[in-house]
Amino acid sequence: MGILEVKGVSKRFGGLQALGNVNLSIAENTVHAIIGPNGAGKSTLLNCLVGKLIPDTGSVMFDGQSVLGRKPHEINQMGISRVFQTPEIFGDLTVLENVLIPCFAKRDGAFELNAFGSVRSQADIRERAEQILLDVNMQDKGSMHAASLSRGDKRRLEMAMCLVQEPKLLLLDEPTAGMARADTNNTIDLLKEIKSKRDITMAIIEHDMHVVFSLAERITVLAQGTPLVEDIPEKIKGHPKVQEAYLGQAHDE
Amino acid sequence: MLGLKSKDTTLLVVVAILTLLAPFILNPFPENSALAQFNAGYPDLMQRFVIYGIFAIGFNILFGLTGYLSFGHAAFLGVGSYAAVWMFKLLSYNVVPAIMLSVIVAGIFSVLIGYISLRRSGIYFSILTLAFAQMSFALAYSVLSNPKFNLTNGETGLQVYADDPQIFHRAGLPDLPHFFGLSMRSTYTLDVGGWSFDFNAGYYFCAAIMLVVFYLAIRIFNSPFGLMLRAVKSNQQRLNYTGLNTRPYTLAAFVISGMYAGLAGGLLAAMDPLAGAERMQWTASGEVVLMTILGGAGTLIGPVLGAGFIKYFENIFSKINDGVLHAWFAFLPDGLENALVAIIHPFVGKGWQLTLGLMFMAIVIFLPGGLVEGGKRLGALFRRRSSDETASGETKPAE
Ligand SMILES: Nc1ncnc2c1ncn2[C@@H]1O[C@H](COP(=O)(O)OP(=O)(O)OP(=O)(O)O)[C@@H](O)[C@H]1O
Ligand SMILES: [Mg+2]
Repeated sequence: MGILEVKGVSKRFGGLQALGNVNLSIAENTVHAIIGPNGAGKSTLLNCLVGKLIPDTGSVMFDGQSVLGRKPHEINQMGISRVFQTPEIFGDLTVLENVLIPCFAKRDGAFELNAFGSVRSQADIRERAEQILLDVNMQDKGSMHAASLSRGDKRRLEMAMCLVQEPKLLLLDEPTAGMARADTNNTIDLLKEIKSKRDITMAIIEHDMHVVFSLAERITVLAQGTPLVEDIPEKIKGHPKVQEAYLGQAHDE
Repeated sequence: MLGLKSKDTTLLVVVAILTLLAPFILNPFPENSALAQFNAGYPDLMQRFVIYGIFAIGFNILFGLTGYLSFGHAAFLGVGSYAAVWMFKLLSYNVVPAIMLSVIVAGIFSVLIGYISLRRSGIYFSILTLAFAQMSFALAYSVLSNPKFNLTNGETGLQVYADDPQIFHRAGLPDLPHFFGLSMRSTYTLDVGGWSFDFNAGYYFCAAIMLVVFYLAIRIFNSPFGLMLRAVKSNQQRLNYTGLNTRPYTLAAFVISGMYAGLAGGLLAAMDPLAGAERMQWTASGEVVLMTILGGAGTLIGPVLGAGFIKYFENIFSKINDGVLHAWFAFLPDGLENALVAIIHPFVGKGWQLTLGLMFMAIVIFLPGGLVEGGKRLGALFRRRSSDETASGETKPAE
């Protein structure tokens, strides 16, 4: 039994079958990559996991509990954090404030009316936030406006916001897109380090095969809304079906 | 001090000093000079400055922090006024229970309206609040005012009559709103040379309350709760996916701002024991939006400045009539005098809103951050200039 069990999930947008009968099992404490051509339904699948979309059919179980019918904040509180394909951060706030918020969410839960204490006086929360900025190498950007960060930095910030929550399952939707090579390698190292430090399961969607093969312990290939193959990285590399999926898509373009 | 950052403490102290000295500051011109027209230091207007300041401070907690633009906050102002007058009618003219009830009733009312309106965001939220406020206006104006059940006294407005119970009223107490015997109307006038300064009990009562709620607003701004509200404005989706339930946060902000509005409404009634339905009309709701944007939404002091600015215009510019204009330009040749008066005429007196509208447009276009941004830019300009001077004074090469 994996920590995440997706069974028979399908999702239709009008005439488009974005997901058709997806079965996916992600084992606890593994890094599971989901790859596939553009429009394969990878992001749609994640949307079904975090409560952004409700699948037309099927079930999604996390840690033995169904996530369907729960609100996004409830699913997050169960232990699923997500880095989006286009960075979702608090652009009007400073970088430090961006990471303070998940720290509060982790400590105080979904709602806490603390209208008279000051943010600055919460030493434990500040320490955590500053530590995570150090971990992602953004300690000198704490007072910057998040909106003014580069694309790569926005992504790293979003990753920090997710990591500081210490989720059981971390969903990463193209975490290194838009990053320079050096930053991509830093991100790989960061994720490896997190993985070695504590128990965490990761599902990573990525087009950059260097990232995929550096991190993934298992790979699922998705094409046109259905899983094509699932195997260990070594077997995926030369798999004829995989070649076909990518090449077939290249033909369409 | 008081758990505030030093910058905020300074702001609070400055505001406190300015409100204390307002009777002097707002009356800079001698009584019988031509410019006495521009004096704003009379009790009525000073009271309105601080009361609408409270209204705008509260509105800013909702709009400035969360970005939810309510077009119905005057409903809470009106409810607060009605609640206060009912306390005057039933208990006594003491303002303390009246104001407490204003805040409580406005709080309950805003829980109801907020709970429903906050199911939507953006323009739909604004429309819902507007609809609720107009319904409240209709209720107050006619529905809740009939011979069998008269809660609001309709068009006439709710007021205290001689045959009202007033069960705690005693012979020695003033026959007007009072604070444990101190009448809100009692005024001490200080005459110095050509000047005369009014120190009014009602004004200082309101000012003291404004300072308290201003302090509370600063605390809210710097609290974890305030941080979440700013996060709602910035990216509500991210907040949800970060495990935070935005609904109770926005509802709490809505209710707090509703209670501020109720307090302001209660104070209006405490200064003048009358509550009318027009206080709830959409124009009144729009006015607090203008105040907040004009001063600087999301800033601490902006709404207070905006409130002062608009109330000043409403009361001072509206009183400049042709007679006053002719007196000003009397030194000019008749033809020129008449021409100038004709040009200025549409912008003053009854046309004061035209001037206000133009200024509002200018501020929104050139200073989207409101008066506060204007102040900041001036400050920056000033600093740059003075640092230029020191640099050139020391004849250091430019960097
Ligand atoms: N909300 C939506 N409404 C309608 N169609 C959608 C919606 N979301 C996704 N789609 C469509 O569903 C298909 C799958 O989209 P999805 O974003 O899941 O692909 P993807 O695998 O993440 O691709 P990429 O690698 O480009 O991110 C696409 O054809 C997309 O246009
Ligand atoms: Mg995608």
